[in-house]
Amino acid sequence: MATIYIDNTPFEVPTGKNLLETCLTLGQDLPYFCWHPAMGSIGACRQCAVKVYKDENDTKGKLFMSCMEQVRDGMRISIVDPEAKEFRAHVIGWLMTNHPHDCAVCDEGGACHLQDMTVMTGHNYRNYTFDKRTYKNQYLGPFLNHEMNRCIQCYRCVRYYKDYAGGKDLDVFAAHNHLYFGRAEDGVLESEFSGNLAEVCPTGVFTDKTLKQHYTRKWDLTMAPSVCHHCSLGCNTTAGERYGTLRSITNRYNGEVNGYFLCDRGRFGYEHVNSVSRIRKSLVRSNLPEATDKYTALQAAVQAIRQGSIIGIGSARASLESNFMLKTLVGEDNFHHGVSDTEHDLTELSLKILKESSARTPSMQEVEQADAVFILGEDLTNTAPMLALAVRQAVRQEPLLEQVSKANIPVWQDAAVRELVQTDSGPLFIATPTTTKLDELATQTYFADPDAIARLGFAVANIIYPESPGVSGLKNDDMHLAQQIADALMKAKNPVVISGTSTGSEAILKAAANIANSLIAKEKAAGIVLTLPSSNSMGLAMLGGHRLQSAFEAIENNYADTVIILENDLYRHASEGTVTNFLKSCKKVIVLDYLHNATTEQADVLLATGAFSEADGTLVNNEGRAQRFYQVHPTEEDIQESWRWLGELGTIVAHDQISWWHGYDDILSAIVKEHPEMKGLEMVTPPSDFRIAGQKIPRAPHRFSGRTAMRANINVSEPKPAEDPDSPLSYTMEGYRGQPPSSMIPFFWAPGWNSNQAVNKYQQEVGGHLKGGDPGIRLIEPDPEHQFSFSAAVSEKFNPMDGHLFILPMHHTFGSEELSAQSASVQERIPEPYIAINTDDALRMKLDEGQLMPFAIEGQLYQLPVKLSPTIASGTAGLPVGLPGVPFAELPAWAILNRELQWKPQHQTTF
Amino acid sequence: MFSLMRSMWLTFLHAFHKRDTILYPEQKAILPTRWRGRIVLSRDPDGGERCVACNLCAVACPVDCISLQATEDETGRRYPDFFRINFSRCIFCGYCEDACPTYAIQLIPDFEMGEYNRQNLVYEKKDLLINGQGKYHGYNYYKVAGMAIGGKDKGEAENERPPVDVKSLIP
Ligand code: SF4
Ligand code: SF4
Ligand code: SF4
Ligand code: SF4
Ligand code: FES
Repeated sequence: MATIYIDNTPFEVPTGKNLLETCLTLGQDLPYFCWHPAMGSIGACRQCAVKVYKDENDTKGKLFMSCMEQVRDGMRISIVDPEAKEFRAHVIGWLMTNHPHDCAVCDEGGACHLQDMTVMTGHNYRNYTFDKRTYKNQYLGPFLNHEMNRCIQCYRCVRYYKDYAGGKDLDVFAAHNHLYFGRAEDGVLESEFSGNLAEVCPTGVFTDKTLKQHYTRKWDLTMAPSVCHHCSLGCNTTAGERYGTLRSITNRYNGEVNGYFLCDRGRFGYEHVNSVSRIRKSLVRSNLPEATDKYTALQAAVQAIRQGSIIGIGSARASLESNFMLKTLVGEDNFHHGVSDTEHDLTELSLKILKESSARTPSMQEVEQADAVFILGEDLTNTAPMLALAVRQAVRQEPLLEQVSKANIPVWQDAAVRELVQTDSGPLFIATPTTTKLDELATQTYFADPDAIARLGFAVANIIYPESPGVSGLKNDDMHLAQQIADALMKAKNPVVISGTSTGSEAILKAAANIANSLIAKEKAAGIVLTLPSSNSMGLAMLGGHRLQSAFEAIENNYADTVIILENDLYRHASEGTVTNFLKSCKKVIVLDYLHNATTEQADVLLATGAFSEADGTLVNNEGRAQRFYQVHPTEEDIQESWRWLGELGTIVAHDQISWWHGYDDILSAIVKEHPEMKGLEMVTPPSDFRIAGQKIPRAPHRFSGRTAMRANINVSEPKPAEDPDSPLSYTMEGYRGQPPSSMIPFFWAPGWNSNQAVNKYQQEVGGHLKGGDPGIRLIEPDPEHQFSFSAAVSEKFNPMDGHLFILPMHHTFGSEELSAQSASVQERIPEPYIAINTDDALRMKLDEGQLMPFAIEGQLYQLPVKLSPTIASGTAGLPVGLPGVPFAELPAWAILNRELQWKPQHQTTF
Repeated sequence: MFSLMRSMWLTFLHAFHKRDTILYPEQKAILPTRWRGRIVLSRDPDGGERCVACNLCAVACPVDCISLQATEDETGRRYPDFFRINFSRCIFCGYCEDACPTYAIQLIPDFEMGEYNRQNLVYEKKDLLINGQGKYHGYNYYKVAGMAIGGKDKGEAENERPPVDVKSLIP
């Protein structure tokens, strides 16, 4: 701790930080542009000047850039010094000489850091009378709009895009006062994290293109805290609505999960909510017209439930509450997971590993601090994008810790640090079926079939801790690599092992668990991160339930005849024939969903449910962190949460538990009662009767406009605003204006800080945890009592089969996830279906790039263009998962080819 | 007693004063041009819609009776998709006019908006948009702003240099 004097007031502050972040942490308003809490300082914009005095007798002082000065004990500075103020006003005056007269038509306006800083410095009138410089804009793809005239040359964009996120195709061009920030030529920005530019850029150069299509100022949005539904990491988001449609997703800072950033799938996937295939009315197929009101639909569903014996199929993309409600309604024995059996087993295994292993699963921010990373099987960029970004930071910061402390440079001195570290990067080992975007950072990569990856993993664990079972018959090269990985992990202080379910291999998961626990056995603070298939896979696994296959059997064997399917397209989880057969054999099919799909088409009763922005609920992420998402705006009466539909059904049929639950909080308590291991769930957010000074928390900013006109075309008499029975948030601008508890911050705003950078005011210290702790409660912590038993299920070597290819699942950031694939902007980025085969195999089969290859998996026929891959193991092939036009198959699986493919007899070692 | 008499006398004298009351509606009131009455949306000198749907009037309005939605034409020119004023709420404060960066929204000297049905006081864009420039002549926001729109490319606005040639090294 050090004492510094700001304008003669003493403050106790931590050392090691720079003056700017220290001042901001203390709640002072100090303008800045080029500094970013996640990226450090480069001192490029000269906006953050303060006066620094030698000692208390020094009255003149000197101007310093606060972002470049380290805090020293006894330091005396002044923010309000007239000379410093004038300097800052001049700097912004210069930055604005070429700034266009665009605010009125600029999408940044109202949430613009440049506007805020200009007002803060008091530079009101333009005194530069000469001509303005202009630029041509570029087309940057479906996500971002480019308006280069507005640039103030702060360099944040390239520092973020290239240095932080590892992008290649955005750069700064030209020289002197002609600097151009963009691509070498028009084209789609390739990075999966490009959307963050809209928030990183302090001006309106990069703005959200999807927002532009239904543009709304931040002050006009009704916003609520939400959680991303597009992968298992559970990044925190702020969702904004206006006139009944969802308008944008922005980052909601969570110091333990996503920090300042989001991936493009999470930021732009929201458009599925506005898609034309939304189910807006409940349907009863036997009625004419099919679309009907809530009561008829409920009646039809109740009749079906009363007359049949029911089973329920839950969903990994539905909230914990909805799944639990279904489970209670149909009974524990009749509740099935609506995911493929492989997925069910792997998720269950992951949960078991996290619960039973002695290694803790770190949060994403802790992954960023890891000093050695070993990834088994996961192509993170495509299965859990933000985790890939976290790994990138881990690898970047590792050399820093050592060298930088030696050189005595503070870590936030970005330019100096990068100069010192150069391209040096921390130990990262990646073993995957084929290339990934992180390979460029890897110390070593290893491309092989899942069995070989698992074997490598087992070998590493065995080297670290010989009690972990060993692998026999490993090639020398592989043995050598295993040794290298083991050494690196042992050398590290906080090694992290990352794996997941995306390869469909149990062995890989077990190998990862063995490695993490071997490290723990050797007293390393090792962590294990497992990525899962969907946003609530973990929650579903914690609730427990039977396999999907047993649901099919229950109907087939006449054990049941009616099914309730919760937010689930079964055609994405089982083969077409099986599902069609199953749905046909059911007497009645009740489906709850919000997007039309092949399953909803066959529903006898279809209940229209709310998408994530029209529902309340809890998701449990891959780390076991339960996080609440709030309804953003009131819906038409007929659209409601699945758990509400099921609750109403339960009440009508007089279910002995459900009838007693009134409202959201009761469901949470019931979950905790039923599943004591989920204790803490009821504390994720304050209860729905929580009030501050007797008031609710407003979802709309106090400047929200148009209240008395937005509905006036329908009726000039305004109706009473909708009430939210489920949460302490109000749908209006009325309510408590101060900072709410961290788990229910609808938007970040502070006086003078209209952009998202107001988050500074909500943090304990800049870039740290939110005040009151970061949202979400971890439900899984390792049990110190438990003795981990190493898995001995070392896999056998993979042997190719004549005339067959072993098909591995390939995941894609854009397209593989069901919901985001319905978003118009994401659709533009979905790759064409393909089958990736080894170049040598293709040669043998006389196949060329792009040629169609027919094959069959379990009777499902495919015919896809070939994509040659030099890295995918011979005898295996990669099939993209979930893309439109690629029917489901439970992968990995053998595909039968209709052409000759023979394998050289492999040299088999016998033991 | 005296003051009472005086007041009566003064009141009596008023009977011979010139009348302030006019015989409205036969006789019309003379309103100054800056009178804050019925609101209109004006057009720029080229006849284009002046409003760029920036939402500033809506946010300035103390009774929140303006609501609009921005949209763009194929050339990137922004305009309101709908623009609605609920005059049954408007207090004719003129804040909207003050806030407008384009001179689009203007209060004009007309107050004759009486309606039997309150619903008829909800004006949509077709009711608000006039075919002229209103009180402020000559201003065309897009001629000043840096955005390219149909008929005005980058570098063609007032006080603008032609777009930078990124490949050039000449200052
Ligand atoms: S970047 Fe900010 S200051 Fe510049 S035109 Fe846009 S809103 Fe205005
Ligand atoms: S484009 Fe934005 S982030 Fe990049 S230099 Fe310009 S103002 Fe800064
Ligand atoms: S005159 Fe005042 S009350 Fe009427 S629309 Fe304008 S700002 Fe609103
Ligand atoms: S302030 Fe002017 S330009 Fe902006 S929306 Fe209102 S009328 Fe249109
Ligand atoms: S923020 Fe300090 S110089 Fe830019």
